Parts: sequence; structure tokens; C-alpha cells
Amino acid sequence: MRHLLSTTDLTREDALLILDTAAELARVTDRAVKKLPTLRGRTVVNLFFEDSTRTRISFEAAAKRLSADVITFSAKGSSVSKGESLKDTALTLEAMGADAVVVRHQASGAPYRLAHSGWVGCSVVNAGDGTHEHPTQALLDAFTLREHLGDLQGRRIVIVGDVLHSRVARSNAHLLSTLGACVTLVAPPTLLPVGVETWPCAVSYDLDEALEGADAVMMLRVQNERMNAAFFPSTHEYSRRYGLDTRRAALLSDDAVVLHPGPMNRGMEISADVADGARSVIVEQVTNGVSVRMAVLYLVLGARAEDQGGLLPAAEAVPA
Amino acid sequence: MSVVLRSARPYGEEPVDVALENGVIAAIAAPGTLPAGDLEVDAAGLVLLPGLVDLHTHLREPGREDAETIETGTRAAALGGFTAVHAMANTQPVADTAGVVEMVWRRGVEAGHCDVHPVGAVTVGLGGEHLAELGAMADSAARVRVFSDDGVCVSDPVIMRRALEYVKAFDGVIAQHAQEPRLTQGAQMNEGALSGLLGLAGWPAVAEEAIIARDVLLAAHVGSRVHICHLSTAGSVDIVRYAKARGIDVTAEVTPHHLILTEDLAATYDPVFKVNPPLRTEADVMAVREGLEDGTIDAVATDHAPHAHEDKDCEWAAGAFGMLGLQTALSIVVDTMVRTGRLDWRDVADRMSVRPARIGRLGDQGRPIAVGESASLVLLDPAASWTVDPTALASRSRNTPFAGRELPARVVATFLRGRPTVLDGALA
Repeated sequence: MRHLLSTTDLTREDALLILDTAAELARVTDRAVKKLPTLRGRTVVNLFFEDSTRTRISFEAAAKRLSADVITFSAKGSSVSKGESLKDTALTLEAMGADAVVVRHQASGAPYRLAHSGWVGCSVVNAGDGTHEHPTQALLDAFTLREHLGDLQGRRIVIVGDVLHSRVARSNAHLLSTLGACVTLVAPPTLLPVGVETWPCAVSYDLDEALEGADAVMMLRVQNERMNAAFFPSTHEYSRRYGLDTRRAALLSDDAVVLHPGPMNRGMEISADVADGARSVIVEQVTNGVSVRMAVLYLVLGARAEDQGGLLPAAEAVPA
Repeated sequence: MSVVLRSARPYGEEPVDVALENGVIAAIAAPGTLPAGDLEVDAAGLVLLPGLVDLHTHLREPGREDAETIETGTRAAALGGFTAVHAMANTQPVADTAGVVEMVWRRGVEAGHCDVHPVGAVTVGLGGEHLAELGAMADSAARVRVFSDDGVCVSDPVIMRRALEYVKAFDGVIAQHAQEPRLTQGAQMNEGALSGLLGLAGWPAVAEEAIIARDVLLAAHVGSRVHICHLSTAGSVDIVRYAKARGIDVTAEVTPHHLILTEDLAATYDPVFKVNPPLRTEADVMAVREGLEDGTIDAVATDHAPHAHEDKDCEWAAGAFGMLGLQTALSIVVDTMVRTGRLDWRDVADRMSVRPARIGRLGDQGRPIAVGESASLVLLDPAASWTVDPTALASRSRNTPFAGRELPARVVATFLRGRPTVLDGALA
């Protein structure tokens, strides 16, 4: 795996390799010394054209736990308005010896462009591009779901909210179906993309019906300003029709879990009771994000387990 | 200077010798029967057509001379077989006054590679609010007859109605860039399953079709003629076909790229394939070919849109809309329309010369190949093929979507009123 650009590129085997590697790496997190020498001497650049504190620090933590050198480059605002192009920024980072670039960009396809334009030769990891994909988010969601539900084959997972503008929804719809889950998207028709019927999932406008007996529900963040573009009439109406509250959460199967990629709008798409309730695995998602990103960096940088004498050195090999 | 074309095949028909003198076709005779001219051109096996006329060219001057100039753009035009181009108004400053259109026109005359007919802006600064001084542009030395806010739609129905009415006084035409602005805010590619997958904001077909439907009804209501720029969808073809059947005075053009390329190229996220209107589906491509074949679509117009390298060598959203077209247009038409049996050479002359000249009200372009007619002509080799090399094109820019593609038919010579502008495939 040279790059990670989209979950549509991942076969079931690829996805399972990442998730299983993440599970192995997660054991490091339980140790007193949370660090492996695996990527010592390698440089990972976090290139963030968009603010995203949580994704950025998650990637930073992941790279540091693998002993990589981490450079974080925050270029807030569009490359065009800032004067320096994506290409020139990328060339600069490559010249500094980056082995992998983790890129978050407001333009859909920017990571694909970086990986395929010939501008740079390093590995590219998509940390969220426009309204396209956010593959590591989907991988950490799948990781979290597998921890609670086991094999996802045949499991019913409901994704609710602004699918149209959500890179999280795109990545999850494809990854979860690749892993065998039955995904249902629920949203007002205005917030579903044209052509959604070609996606590998079911679509419903009725949240209650979709939640009945489901194994997991993933609530997407809905931006208040969507209301101004007539996607829905008011936050109250949205919340009534598509928000997850205690009554609706009770429709889920007994061992079901509730996910949210964050940041949440409490009271809008999810009530505080549910967000903080027993079914909520929202905090676990954050923890798992680090393990999944460690696995991705490890795999794209080609550090194969056999070169290292096993992915995890014996505990005593890690300096205490 | 007299020129004799030996054994040229007018419209691909029987070979004849054609003598050009004093700007007109002086004689047409059986091969070998005409006396020698100052310049002899061996045209054996070559097809002779009236010089091509482009209704839709962006020459970028004044304002973006880094992307194209009137000199470089008209060189590309001549090499592509064109003897006249219509220079779009979205320059900096906008061609919305007699001063700017006269400047463009004069620079075209000075360059001398083909006729340059400036298109006047419909509204001041392409702002869509106040009519530009259309009459002043019509009465200027540039004698503007085609008016367009191309790049922007004249979306206000009242402004559109007034413009359609106003230009009747000097037999002008409004060329509409049909794009409902509210339905296409931030649009990046054709709206469909693929845009949803790629996460690129969609440019729905209905945004084009709704404006075309409105404008043909407006044209009928006020008794004006209207021209539709770069029509790109199957629905648009249907609407124009319906309007023509009802006797509405509408004409329409299609670009070469919409005759051949489809939206799936957006999956590369390479902005060289980013264009407005966007590349559509295979069904749309077939529908515009059908429309061009049956005459619903009157003309092929290049929408030649040069862009500086840095405006294309970037992420998709930051990329500029537009593609080069002047030097590849004829080959694409041969590939998609002639080789498929949809058009013969007379039809090619009709769609690429006769009708565009008529729409632009150009008196001495798009004329028949006959004695006494203006000698603006193109000679092409239908059997040749060539590979598109962006760096070898005459344009200042390199944004052709056909890089590396092998295309049929090659322009061998172009004559502007009897004077060669291109000989042996190179500028004369």
C-alpha cells in the first residue's frame, strides 16, 4: 500500500490488514511506554490546509508513537488565496525529506492529485478532502464497531445526517459495505447526493424505521448554516425528524452502539443524554483513531513486519 | 499574388485546379488546364473547404496576455484551418465598449492570421445588470453583431428580454451562456452519480436546459433571434429541436470536446478536464452528435479557452474552467462525425463555416467554393493523422485535453482572401 486516498480503493483484504495491524498496535497504547522504534528516522509531514485539531493531533500522536519525526504544516485558508499553490507547498515538503505526507484539504481530490501528478514521490495519506473522503475516520469507525460487534458481516449499520457534504459518510458507506455490513443512509432528501442509489447501501428518509433493531448508528455533524441554503427549514425541525434522542436510541438492538465522528452539535443531531449514554462509543473512537493511523502510516511507509523481526518487538526490547 | 491549387477536391468531390487572385476564386478548371500561378500548391488528395469560422474563441487579450494573445491565438486559428474567429468579451477590461472592441479588431488586422470579430458584452462588465452600449459596438469599426456575456449567464429574464429586443435594430444576436447561476453555485463537474462519488459539487443538466427553454420562449415572444453557446446535454438538444420545429429563430453550437469527452475524466481530478459547461455523459455525447448531424445544432464552436499553466497544474477546485480547441477542432469533428458517417464534407463546411458565418453576419466568410467568391479556404489531408503535443501547439497555453492522443486529418494550408496564412502545415 503506497498511499491511502479513499476507501473505495481498499479491498476487503486491505481493510482487514489495516484493522488487524491497528489491533496489534493498540496493545502498545496499554503499555507504560507508548512508543515503538518502527519508523525511526522516517519523516511524516502533516499538511493541513483546513483546521482540524482532532485529526491533526491524532496523526501526530500516531507518528510519534512509531518514533517518526513529525513536521506539522498548517496552511489555513485556500492555497489560492494564500498565494502558494498546493504544488509548491508539496515540493517544499518533499525537499525537506518527507517520507509520507498526511494531507487535509478543502478541495475534493487534492490528495489524489498530490499522489498522481508527479509533483512528489512520497506516500500520501488522505486526512479528509473536501466533500470526498476521510478514509482513516472510516477505518477507526470500523475498528470501533468490530471491537463491539465482532465481524461486521451482515450487521445493520445506520448512518444519519448530511450525507451530501460528508466525507465521513462517503468513506464509511464504502468501507463498511466492503466489510460485509448492511448500511442504511438516513437523511432528508436534500442532504443526499444525486446518484446515491448507485452506492452500496440502502437509503431511507425515516429514521425510526431504520433504527429498529439496528446494530449501530453513526450520527453525522450537521452544520447550522445548511439551514440558510434551504437544505432544511430549521434546526428544530431537523432535530425532530433526524436527531438521535433517548426514545430513538431505545429502538436499536440491545448491544447496539452509537458513534459520532465529532465535533458534535449536542441538541441538534444528537441529544446530550445519548452522547454521554451507555451506548455511546464516541470517546473510544478517538482512542482508536491513534491506533488506526499508526497502522496506516506503518503500512504506507512499507515497514513490513518481517523487516523488523515482528511488528511488535518483545516488551523488553522497548526501552523502559 | 496568384495561387493555383492543383487537383484539390472541393468538399471531397472530383479534383479540380483552383486559381486564387485578388482575394477571390478566379477560376476553377479541370486538373492541369490552368496556367501557372505565382504560387503552385500540390493539393492532390486534399479536401478543399471554405475557411472555418469559429463563433466562440477566447483570445485573452487584453488582460491575460500570459495565457494567450491575439497574435498567438490567431496563429493557432490559422493552423487549425480557421479564417475567422469571434473573440469573446470576457477580457480585462471587458469588451463592453466601442473602444475595447475596436482595439481587439485592430490587433486582429495587424496580426493578419485570420479575421478577428470581437464579441461585445451584453451587460456592463458582464455584471448582468445594465446593458452595455451595444449600438456603439455595432457601429464601431469592429461592426459587432454577436453579443455575449459568455462565462456568465444573462440570468435576469428582463435584461435578457431587453437585450434580445434591442439588438434587432442592427441585426445582432445574443449568444447565451446558458447556466442558471443559483443551480450551479460552486459547481465543479456534471451532476450525477459520479459527482456524488468524487465529492465534487454538481452542475446539473437542468441548469442549462432551464435557461435555454426560457430563452427560446423569450426569443419567440419578442421576435428576436437567439444563439445558444456550447450546448452540452441531451435535454438541450431536445429543447432546441422543439423550438426550431415551432419556427423560433434559434441557433446553437456545440464544442469539439463535448462531441468526444465524457465526465469520467473528472475522476483523475486533473483540471485539464475541467470545463464549463462540464463534460457530460456518454448519452449526452451521442445526443449532441445526433443534433449536429440533423442540423438541430448549427455549428461547431471551439470555446478555445487558454489558461496559464499554474491555473491548471493544481487541485481540481482551484483549476480554471476551459480547454484549448482551435488546432484540434477539425480533427475531432472528422473523428466523431465524418468517420462515423454522420457528416460528409459539405456538412462539415456547413457546420464549421457556412452557418457560423451566417450567425455572425460575416459577408465574405463561409461562402461557396465558386468563381467570384471570396478565397478564404482551407486544404486538409483527410488521410493524415497526428499526435497532439501540447508544447507544439501555437497557443501560449498548453491546456489541451487531447495531449498524446492520435487524431485524424491535418490542415495543410489555409488561405485568407487568397493570401496563404498556412502552407505545408506551418504558418506561411
